Amino acid sequence: MTRHLLSSADLSRRDVETILDTAASMHDVQRREVKKLPTLRGRTIINFFFEDSTRTRSSFEIAGKWMSADTINLSAKGSSTSKGESLRDSVQTINAMAVDALVIRHNQSGACRQVAGWVAASVINAGDGTHEHPTQALLDAYTLRSRIGALDGTHVAIVGDLTHSRVFRSNVITLRTLGARVTVVAPPTLMPAGIAAWSQRDGFETSWDLDAVLADDPPDAVMMLRVQRERMSGGFFPTAREYTVGYGLTRPRLATLLASRPDAVVMHPGPMNRGLEISADAAESGASIILDQVSGGLAVRMAVLYHLLAGEESE
Amino acid sequence: MSALLITGARGQLGEPSDVLIRDGVIAEIGRITDAPSDTARIDAAGLDLLPGFVDLHTHLREPGREDAETIASGSAAAAAGGFTAVLAMANTTPATDTAEAAELLYDRGRTVGLVDVQPIGAVTKSLAGQELAELGLMARSRARVRIFSDDGHCVHDARVMRRALEYVKPFDGVISQHAQDPALAGGAACCHEGELSGRLGLPGWPGVAESVIVARDVQLARHTGSRVHIAHISTAESVEILRWAKDRGILVTAEVTPHHLALDTELVRNYDPTFKVNPPLRPSEDQEALRAALADGTIDAVATDHAPHARHDKEHTFEAAAFGMLGLESAFAVVHDLMVRTGRMTMGDLSQRMSRNPAAIAGLSDHGCAIVAGAPANLVLVDPDRTITIDASESNSLSRNNPWHAMSFTGAVHATILRGRLTAIDGKVQQ
Repeated sequence: MTRHLLSSADLSRRDVETILDTAASMHDVQRREVKKLPTLRGRTIINFFFEDSTRTRSSFEIAGKWMSADTINLSAKGSSTSKGESLRDSVQTINAMAVDALVIRHNQSGACRQVAGWVAASVINAGDGTHEHPTQALLDAYTLRSRIGALDGTHVAIVGDLTHSRVFRSNVITLRTLGARVTVVAPPTLMPAGIAAWSQRDGFETSWDLDAVLADDPPDAVMMLRVQRERMSGGFFPTAREYTVGYGLTRPRLATLLASRPDAVVMHPGPMNRGLEISADAAESGASIILDQVSGGLAVRMAVLYHLLAGEESE
Repeated sequence: MSALLITGARGQLGEPSDVLIRDGVIAEIGRITDAPSDTARIDAAGLDLLPGFVDLHTHLREPGREDAETIASGSAAAAAGGFTAVLAMANTTPATDTAEAAELLYDRGRTVGLVDVQPIGAVTKSLAGQELAELGLMARSRARVRIFSDDGHCVHDARVMRRALEYVKPFDGVISQHAQDPALAGGAACCHEGELSGRLGLPGWPGVAESVIVARDVQLARHTGSRVHIAHISTAESVEILRWAKDRGILVTAEVTPHHLALDTELVRNYDPTFKVNPPLRPSEDQEALRAALADGTIDAVATDHAPHARHDKEHTFEAAAFGMLGLESAFAVVHDLMVRTGRMTMGDLSQRMSRNPAAIAGLSDHGCAIVAGAPANLVLVDPDRTITIDASESNSLSRNNPWHAMSFTGAVHATILRGRLTAIDGKVQQ
């Protein structure tokens, strides 16, 4: 397996399957009364978050602690255009402390890849700007697999603000790696540049019409992405109302899907904008596996830490 | 004053010839056997003698960012690169938007004495895009400013651009436009918008952000009958418009940088800010259009957009890092390797694009001249057969943001001569 996890593309199908299998056994640990495993005793993991995050950071922190690693959380303001300490300075200070892994969340794309070039530690991308979020894609695959089995030929629709979504970018890679079919749905203004050539090259479908996708090729899973209300000021779409009418997972829309695919599931990486991209009914329906995503996150992050840190000794 | 004898040079001289330089001018060309024995000599066997290069687009960073470059260090890089004149962009701190600022730059350049530093004046006060800077006073100054540019920023207000074009007509001024619609190239934009930027999650700007301004400005140039110059043209669509405009006799010229000719947007794939530049590196289709247009003369000149940056301004995330890359020392090697060695242009074409045309656009009568007796001795000797490998650590520039590091090119500058004085030999500056 790779030393760093910077992009979902770093993982082969075998890597992903190994991580998901490990996650399944880690999930069992979560159900024990005493949750500690000695696996990473003596290892130091720093969660270096340049951007606010509650769930991802606590998930990585608990994952490390349950495997007996020493975990430390650091947060810093994104270096954006500020003149002060450069990104390189910030991480080289950490590097000097000889840590084993750096889990990095940054508000700018590519930050983790740059850091990986400067430090000796394993770097794990916990979300970089609008680029990728590989552990999110792994936990989504894990949750999906737990619910519906192997993903070969499974049809997943990813709906929402694709342009600004690192969840979409990692998910499309991991889902394709596992043999799933993927259709991404968004208004043209929220489709990333070059999506036509990109989707062709990477073998996924694109659509501007959610209803057509639900009717013509009903997906086994619908992954709704968060749409930031601020996007309206950028002219990406006119109003929240119009967005919901076109692309929201409303109760009638979910009913349409379940009529043709009774086992279809609803996913959302959170945090949700209830009433905008997903209705409360849809989020809390029997089809929703949104809370499973959260609990799966911990097991997947334990598995990732295990393979990147404990795994290296045996190689 | 001292004399210099160049022996056996090729170039536009027909047969290999000797060139005797005395008192800063070419005194004699031919087979020269009667020069005094103590005359300094350069053996130019196998070398081409060309008019010194003229760069229409150099950032010297002084005043304001002397940690990145100074007039002295930038002049040294220019001399090493075969340049005898550089047009210094106005986006210093403070900006070159007054006659006094222009004269300061001009005088310091002359004091350093390695290259003629010719200031470009700001179009608008503080490059703010609102009110015209004192264009006339800069033109009348000792620096005789002829090119005006807000480079770094587009003169995006059509009314301001129109007035500027009209206003510079009496002194044959030209507006060098950084063609980039700020509404289409948002504040966070940092690379070419396309499939790669989509995958990388980087905010980009599309080629059309450039071509819409090129289209507008050639129309304004036609309307006003004034000269407009398109700085660092980077897209196939802009080239198409340029060709259309030239066919109609509109007074438009354009420059292209070595990096837009040679480097592909794919280089940003690993988020290395060395390759972050404005305009951004474009896809191969654009590069091919630029090469074709440079070869057929649609694009008039090569300009470096030499943009030195201190390390701490580049060692950020891709989005936060500064725009720009070095170019003066490598320009000839890159253009020669890419355009002449491949047979797309002759050495004469290269000389026209790197000396004569830029000198004409800038109104520099002492540069880009034909090599004849009586002409000012602003010259460069190049070795078309020597292969060099660029090493970012070896530069006369104070900065190291060099996109050409470890690349090899065939074609090297051997010596540069400014008004008869040797300013550089094999990259070593002669103080």
